[in-house]
Amino acid sequence: MTPGRKIEVTRRSFLRGLGTATAGLALGWRVLDTASAAPVARAVSAGHAASPVVFAPNPFIQIGSDGVVTIVCHRSEMGQGIRSSLPVLLADELGADPAKIKVVQGDGDEKYGDQNTDGSTSIRKFFEPMRQVAATARTMLISVAATRWHVPAARLTAHDDAVHDPATKQSLPFAALAAAAAALPVPKTAKLRPQKELVHVGTELPLRDGHAYVTGQAAYAADIRVPGMLTAVIAHPPVVFGKLATLDDRRARAVPGVRHIIKLPAPTPPAGPQPLGGVAVVADHTYAAMRGRAALDVTWDAGPNGDYDSARYTDQLLAAVRAPGELVRKIGDAEQALAGAAKIVTAEYVVPHLTHSPMEPPAALARVDGDRCEVWACSQDPQDARAEVAKALGIPKENVTLHVTFLGGGFGRKSIPDFVVEAALVAKAAGVPVRVQWTRDDEIRHAYYHTHSAQALTAGLDAKGKVTAWRHRLAYPSISATFAPDKQHPSDGELGQGVLDLPLAIPNVLVQTGAAPQHIRIGWMRSVNNVQQAFAVQSFIAELAHETRRDPRDMLVEIVGPARVISPADQGLDKLGNYGQPITVHPIDVGRFHRVLDKVTQAAGWDRAKKEGRALGLAVHRSFLSYIGVVTEVSKNARGEPRIDQAWITADCGTIINAERVRSQLEGAFVFAMTSALHGAITVKRGAVEQRNFRDYPLTRIGEAPRKIHIDLIASDGPPGGVGEPGVPPVAPSIFNAIFALTGERVRTLPFRKAQV
Amino acid sequence: MTKLTVNGVAHDVDADDDMPLLWVLRDLIGLTGTKYGCGEALCGACTVHLDGRAVRSCVTPLRRAANHAVTTIEGLSPDGGHPLQRAWVELGVPQCGFCQAGQIMTAAALLAENPRPSDDDIDHSLAGNLCRCGTYVRIRAAVRKAAGV
Repeated sequence: MTPGRKIEVTRRSFLRGLGTATAGLALGWRVLDTASAAPVARAVSAGHAASPVVFAPNPFIQIGSDGVVTIVCHRSEMGQGIRSSLPVLLADELGADPAKIKVVQGDGDEKYGDQNTDGSTSIRKFFEPMRQVAATARTMLISVAATRWHVPAARLTAHDDAVHDPATKQSLPFAALAAAAAALPVPKTAKLRPQKELVHVGTELPLRDGHAYVTGQAAYAADIRVPGMLTAVIAHPPVVFGKLATLDDRRARAVPGVRHIIKLPAPTPPAGPQPLGGVAVVADHTYAAMRGRAALDVTWDAGPNGDYDSARYTDQLLAAVRAPGELVRKIGDAEQALAGAAKIVTAEYVVPHLTHSPMEPPAALARVDGDRCEVWACSQDPQDARAEVAKALGIPKENVTLHVTFLGGGFGRKSIPDFVVEAALVAKAAGVPVRVQWTRDDEIRHAYYHTHSAQALTAGLDAKGKVTAWRHRLAYPSISATFAPDKQHPSDGELGQGVLDLPLAIPNVLVQTGAAPQHIRIGWMRSVNNVQQAFAVQSFIAELAHETRRDPRDMLVEIVGPARVISPADQGLDKLGNYGQPITVHPIDVGRFHRVLDKVTQAAGWDRAKKEGRALGLAVHRSFLSYIGVVTEVSKNARGEPRIDQAWITADCGTIINAERVRSQLEGAFVFAMTSALHGAITVKRGAVEQRNFRDYPLTRIGEAPRKIHIDLIASDGPPGGVGEPGVPPVAPSIFNAIFALTGERVRTLPFRKAQV
Repeated sequence: MTKLTVNGVAHDVDADDDMPLLWVLRDLIGLTGTKYGCGEALCGACTVHLDGRAVRSCVTPLRRAANHAVTTIEGLSPDGGHPLQRAWVELGVPQCGFCQAGQIMTAAALLAENPRPSDDDIDHSLAGNLCRCGTYVRIRAAVRKAAGV
């Protein structure tokens, strides 16, 4: 396009233009499929000119006749950098140069195995399987070379996109081997390289999509264009299971550009991933759809949740934790020990509902053609989205193609495909492709919220200040109740996030849960129940230190006890969920806990802090199989309020693929957690969420962010743990422990700063 | 018809002159690098330049942009070579990337006015740009790097 050239854009010519400009409009989509360094146009033409695939031994790896290795990233990219990490692992195991590989984003399809991008699983669940996939391909390529050279395969190596014979110094590029390899049977298993041969793993890998991100070319769900598409904005009932009462759409239909008004059915319990129902306004563009929605004269029946009031519910939760509840963990006899204790310390902690607020509000584009449907969505769980779309349309899953776009943040919200199903339903009803665009208001008012919790912790101490009894009572609506409405207690999986799995060198331990029925959709938010559970436990331990005039670090060490490996029996349990991993492979290792504690306190200068007049707070937490220690330093700002100056983070995440993205995740986790600690609160009145935008659901802004976040990664060749989530839980308690050191004020109810309406 | 110049290209746009520039850019002209985040000038994801000044396109009506030069992330540099874009990639600033066009456009307007900003200047200038991934520490470092300070 030459500068100064005149283009006339009318609504009609724009829509007409869409019909003839598919290739151009697919650019944004295409860019996801290509190396980020290439400008879009070139990337697309390169895509078209790609050599035919000659070797594709599995769904993840393809080699073209030109030797170019294409690797499918089957996990959603939402900022964790998985496209910069997992494909490099495959390339490394295969012997391909990661700088030359092409990365393709996988559609939602069972052939890839688990694609649910949650639980910090992309590396920890796929480290071995992806190496197997790549090792299989490598073995086949090596086998062809061995046959050609008449030498034993065992002495050959693969690296830099070629197979090499160290004895003869001969090499054959993959391009010369791929076609013959394709004729071989695919072995069921293959020998992995020794881990030290993975030369790129563990290093600072380049950001694959960096160029696309900074030039506006990375295509998110709302950026996809297909011919003839319209845009929908939906008026959702304000209360879950609320129903449309009256609708007068005459004013909305009069808005220029509005084409269709479509009623969507109300869901029936359990909520699950069903859309909330409501009224979709379908228009030529987003502005008309938004104006159309605003012009709807609509009233709602609130339904069974119309009485839900989160402030009243807080009292209900507190009452639940002030009484004995259902027993979930017991060692010794805590009640008796408390009765005989020289001193009792007790504290209650409250965390409100929180929401994810990814910068990209949910959006999805669907095109329905007879009994087939094609969808583009910012989905964390594309197979589930595909299945739910198929179910809603009443067509076989195989007839749904679900493309995964870049996600502008996910944090658990986009694990649930209610908005994707909406796009399919509205597109079908409108008879044209439709993008459903959630507004910020929708995102904040219709989330799957972080649960609202109360916890009471009580410790009994002997005359020397040693903790002899520990009682932890919790009450919060369970995520399970989103899918099975009768559940009123947290699941073992939820309690396995820092309560059942918490190492305690205390002879009497009692954990009980109170009943907490669900009145609003509860879902997964980054690090899930670790948020409130680590906040309470790590704050309480610091409170015990204060009560006994001990150093908080020493108290923490005493409470978790000496370095050892913990069994479920040690915890007073039959088994532990352990984030879906065998406890034999990923034990609860208190030694690793100590290591991050020692390292992070050294890095922060813990021992000299008091003398230097610095206020530090410490928290250490194991979650998603990784161990993270955080020290936060606070001081008073000009208005005398606490300000977070800097933070130190030490992480033991087992084997690391991409140290650079691990660091960025930990930095980001700190700032993400600051929002929950300082600002975040979703409140509900008469069943409806009161917050609407960043004015009343404020997020941490740049001026609040620490000047520095210092990160140490513990070198390890152990099995990988999670990264995206485990950075979050220790942050809030480290901040509040630091604020206590600064001001003597103990924060037990979040958020620290009430939202300024 | 409203005359609008975007990244040096003149357009005649047939739309309500109240229509926010954001939707003109995204839905009518097809430039999707500018993002919708909040619609109320609270997050900065939609930041573009109007005659070199950073504005929130989600609350800038078409009539206010008419007859002014609009620059979007697609037009900041021909090839992604603006010092801020280079610094952003070199320091690995983006996580999900969604807010970064707005961050960069705001920072570019800052550097045009104040070529050697302090951390406080950066914080002040970028106070209206949210990043939920929490890339702020690297954003500061990248602005400083681009500015050579």
